[in-house]
Amino acid sequence: MSFSIRKSLHPGLNLGEEHGDDHLEAETSVFGFWVFMMSDLVTFGMFFAVFATTMPLACCPGPKELFDLGSVAWQTGFLLASSLTSGMAILTLKQEHATRSASTKKLIFWLLLTVLLGCGFLYREISDFIAMAAAGGPPTRSGYLSALWSLVGLHGLHVTSGLIWCLVIVAGILVRGVDMRWKLTLLRWAVFWHFLDVVWIAIFSFVFLGGLL
Amino acid sequence: MLDAIFGRLTWDSIILVQAVEEPNINTLITASAAAMMPVGGVMIVALLTWMKWWKPLFEWLTSVDHKKIGTMYIIFAVIMLFRGVVEGMLMRANQAVGLNGGFLSSDHFNQLFTTHGTNMIFFVAMPFLFGLINIVVPLQIGARDVAFPRLNQISLGLTAAGGFLFMISLMVGEFSTGGWTGYPSFTGRLVNPGVGPDYYILAIAISGIGSTLTGVNFSVTIYKLRTAGMSFMRMPLFTWTALCTSILLIFAMPPLTACCAMLGLDRFLGFHFFTNDMGGNLMNFINLFWMFGHPEVYILVLPAFGVMSEIASTYSGKRLYGYTSIVAATMCIAVLSFTVWLHHFFTMGQSATVNAAFGVATMLIAIPTGVKIYDWLATLWGGRIRFTAPMIYLCGFFVLFTIGGLSGVILASPTLDYQLHNSQFLVAHFHNVIIPGVLFGILAGIHIWFPKIYGFRLMEGLSRITAFLWAIGFILAFMPLYQTGLMGMTRRTVAYEDPALVPWMIVSGVGSLILGLAFLSILVTILVSVLNRKKLMVPFGDPWDGRTLEWWTPAPTPEWNFAVLPKVECRDAFADAKEKGTAYQPIEKYDDIEMPSNTYYGFIIMIMASGLGFGLVWHMWWLAILSLLGAITTAITYAFLPQKHNVIPAAEVREIDEAWRRAAREGRGITRDDEGNQANQGLACPDNIK
Amino acid sequence: MIDPTTNLAIAESFLQPMGSVAADQLRHLKIVTLLTLIAVVPVMVSMPWILWRYRRSKPSGEYRPKWESNWTLECLMWGVPIVVVALIGVNLTIMTFRLDPYKELGKDPLQVQVIGLDWKWIFIYPDEGVALVDELVVPEGRAVELTLTTDTVMQSLQISAIVGQIYAMPAMTTKLNFLAVKQGESEGMNSQFTGNGFWKQKFQVYSVSKEGYAARMNKAKSSDLALTADTYAILAMQGTSEEAKKPLAIENRQGPIEMVLGDPKIFQRVLARYMVDEMTPESQPGSPFYDPKKSPLPPASDKPMMGMEM
Repeated sequence: MSFSIRKSLHPGLNLGEEHGDDHLEAETSVFGFWVFMMSDLVTFGMFFAVFATTMPLACCPGPKELFDLGSVAWQTGFLLASSLTSGMAILTLKQEHATRSASTKKLIFWLLLTVLLGCGFLYREISDFIAMAAAGGPPTRSGYLSALWSLVGLHGLHVTSGLIWCLVIVAGILVRGVDMRWKLTLLRWAVFWHFLDVVWIAIFSFVFLGGLL
Repeated sequence: MLDAIFGRLTWDSIILVQAVEEPNINTLITASAAAMMPVGGVMIVALLTWMKWWKPLFEWLTSVDHKKIGTMYIIFAVIMLFRGVVEGMLMRANQAVGLNGGFLSSDHFNQLFTTHGTNMIFFVAMPFLFGLINIVVPLQIGARDVAFPRLNQISLGLTAAGGFLFMISLMVGEFSTGGWTGYPSFTGRLVNPGVGPDYYILAIAISGIGSTLTGVNFSVTIYKLRTAGMSFMRMPLFTWTALCTSILLIFAMPPLTACCAMLGLDRFLGFHFFTNDMGGNLMNFINLFWMFGHPEVYILVLPAFGVMSEIASTYSGKRLYGYTSIVAATMCIAVLSFTVWLHHFFTMGQSATVNAAFGVATMLIAIPTGVKIYDWLATLWGGRIRFTAPMIYLCGFFVLFTIGGLSGVILASPTLDYQLHNSQFLVAHFHNVIIPGVLFGILAGIHIWFPKIYGFRLMEGLSRITAFLWAIGFILAFMPLYQTGLMGMTRRTVAYEDPALVPWMIVSGVGSLILGLAFLSILVTILVSVLNRKKLMVPFGDPWDGRTLEWWTPAPTPEWNFAVLPKVECRDAFADAKEKGTAYQPIEKYDDIEMPSNTYYGFIIMIMASGLGFGLVWHMWWLAILSLLGAITTAITYAFLPQKHNVIPAAEVREIDEAWRRAAREGRGITRDDEGNQANQGLACPDNIK
Repeated sequence: MIDPTTNLAIAESFLQPMGSVAADQLRHLKIVTLLTLIAVVPVMVSMPWILWRYRRSKPSGEYRPKWESNWTLECLMWGVPIVVVALIGVNLTIMTFRLDPYKELGKDPLQVQVIGLDWKWIFIYPDEGVALVDELVVPEGRAVELTLTTDTVMQSLQISAIVGQIYAMPAMTTKLNFLAVKQGESEGMNSQFTGNGFWKQKFQVYSVSKEGYAARMNKAKSSDLALTADTYAILAMQGTSEEAKKPLAIENRQGPIEMVLGDPKIFQRVLARYMVDEMTPESQPGSPFYDPKKSPLPPASDKPMMGMEM
């Protein structure tokens, strides 16, 4: 690359100049992932839009019969906390892994904690789905429920793949150490994980709170 | 047990079996089409073995070189174009004799118009353009490859997987009959429980994901990999349009993925997104589909506009007139394309306010489009125009595309749409913008850039004949449809009852025959050119007195594109260097070049995606699950495998590059008088240097 | 069937308009075309001229390889299309509101309910207590309001010579208002593809005098067939109206099927069926497994109908 390190700034979480070439490579890689996230955001937007059109017909059963706001609050807590721990992981990466020899323990701790919190989120979400189906609200019951299940389910699917991805990264770090490739992968995964948080906030306020208010 | 293995696939699903059990003209036509695949497959295997081409084949399939990937896209598109043209001819022939019923059964005809549309949009036009963009854009911005070469291969793999599903439906089962737009509830599971709509959904969804990734890849490539000095306002116009198309792909493909996913959930799991009952709403599908579908039109036509810009300036030997204006117009079109989707269903019964707003928004697109056409005309003004094959395409484009624009303005008016919607007028209109717009651009582009990649030109005379055949065939085949549309003939009609339509339909049928000839003419042009390639060689790499960076390399272009990445100080950097006489000056320092090495990643993903799609269509759940797990495992495995690079030593690069530069300095360039004959070795002596 | 001796003029499409809306549409088509030609003609005229003047073999104009911009020209290039589009845009907006299919074209329009089926249309005249299949008769000079729905997939009812088209969608109603200004005969159709028999889904449209209309209604009123849930279920089977005569046991009768309105709420009941229960392959008209015996219509709903008006 002919650009100087100083000029090289990519959006989002970055590594910093002391990471040298790794920092430069992140330029293209992370930017590309941001672009992909924009596309994914549009996908969510479409599911939101369809959900919005079905809201006036949300009845029998509707939000009042189906939603357990307490559980949704737990999910929100899990996901926000996991976002924090993933942030801690990236800070660790940035501050301690400019040299390849640094210990990976702290990084892996934060990552596994994130996975644990993510699993907590998924556990509550799946229990909610099961409860909803049992309360007469399976997705085949109405257009509203189809839209609800697939919007929330799409997010859940993203969370699941984020968790698998994180575990792969942990394995990769254990096998190969924190080299440039896993650094870039971590950066992209972090963008993904925070993105899921943002989408969840929208789902929480629009689908769950909006449904009950 | 058998059910678990084969799902709903039975012996009778296979088209050849149907033809034996129930021979009639319809099953015979489909069976002969279906038979072409195994027969063609065997022939290809035999040819590969005979010529000992297996190894080179895998070199290609595993390559991440953008030029090879682009070529594979184009070969794929040509094969699919063959199918599309044949289908078009069958439909036109059927309608030519279709008074009170033609020779095709209604069900057969319905599949034909569905496959024809789906094919031409998703598996012809888009792969063609992706091929051109792949080949040209890295060269035009002075890069060695795209930003994510492996992802590029995966995109190709996904497109091919979609194409596989689409083609296999010809042999096993049936395709959807719901048109390329696939509106529910016609494609819902109550009305259409068969495999047709499932093939449709999966084929376009899988290839659509590939297209999204292509969009990501090329926007990042253009943003991040431009060579030193290549600021945005110095980019060649084709690159600009490729950027706009990439951005459109990023934002416009998700609605398609979403609506396919929802329709799939309706069909596979009994959800109620678009069903008639239980609060489903088919209008949502129509909205989502056209939120993709309208930008799609510009995804297709913008790169073709880019080619037109290149033609106008290159073949009149002057700068592009109104560069800034054209760039602004392109961006305007890209943005506006997201605001007009509702004009595809003005007649759905929404209020006049909504219709008027979308009608006016649609009209607005005519402004930047008109500006571009004027700009190209002004580019020709004050030039030295050569009537080469691309210029013929450009002239055809001027006349015919403008007529298409006129009919577009007519259709943009909601009140007129109440009459012309769903009519043959509409069919005439979109063929009128897609053939002279998109296809002419693609064919001209292939003619222009072919020598860049393969080292020899296409036969000029044959290319001109091809261009005329496309233009004449198009006029005869589709202009009559404007008239029949005004007379009240609907689209998608296997037969009609009004004898007044017959003469028009016969003219149209004749036109489609000429279009068939035009397709053959493409193949003949390539074949004859390959046979005569010794006489058509352009080793210096600049056969058309080009103006932009891609012509600043030998032909065929080496794997690494540029021995040393060029520095750019103005627009049309190569034309500038030629004028100053600095184009082929020796270079002091060469560096080692690192290129990504071949990988099976994309190939494996293609197999897995095909398996996933086929398994889902036929309810062979084991196959679907295995393929999905296989794809995930592949992705994880490749994350752990070390990424290899080929390093090409500086000495090797120096040897090749210096030889080329020396020969070019010593050689005598040809003037444009000799452009079309053997003297054209790809070393140009521009008209303005005398 | 209208008495063939009346000799009504036949109109094929809106090129020979029979209705006020179609006449306006034809005029609008001409205006839009002419206005657009302002922007199109310069291209058509200048292109051959430029090509000739600057042909490389024998050019007559000066070679200016570096000429790339001119403010006056630029203003013209953007200005002309902007002006043309502004003109068309204003015209378009006015016409869109004037020809809004929801706008009633006279006081107390004649109400006709339309149910689209595979591959036929049922026209219900609630005020007359009559239903016709594949025949629409309207009195000349009186405003008509069609209220449409379909009991299968989406369709589009088009009467080119009088008004144009509008979609008919299941579980929803749309409206189409029109006024036939002269007597005549034309053909209406479904323009939205609906499967194998789609191309046969045509119907006769008659615009007749007041007396002719009354006579036609009286003739239908004397029919021994009644449109009830049972006969409706038979009509809902896939096939044209001619093909429906056999299951209705009126094979030998000539002309369109005419019925008295046995159940005045039949239209509302068709709408209501999609709000009540999940449809099955047997109960959904248009499905290959449709069975008229297993497709009961629910009672009409008290809730207001879902319209498309936004």
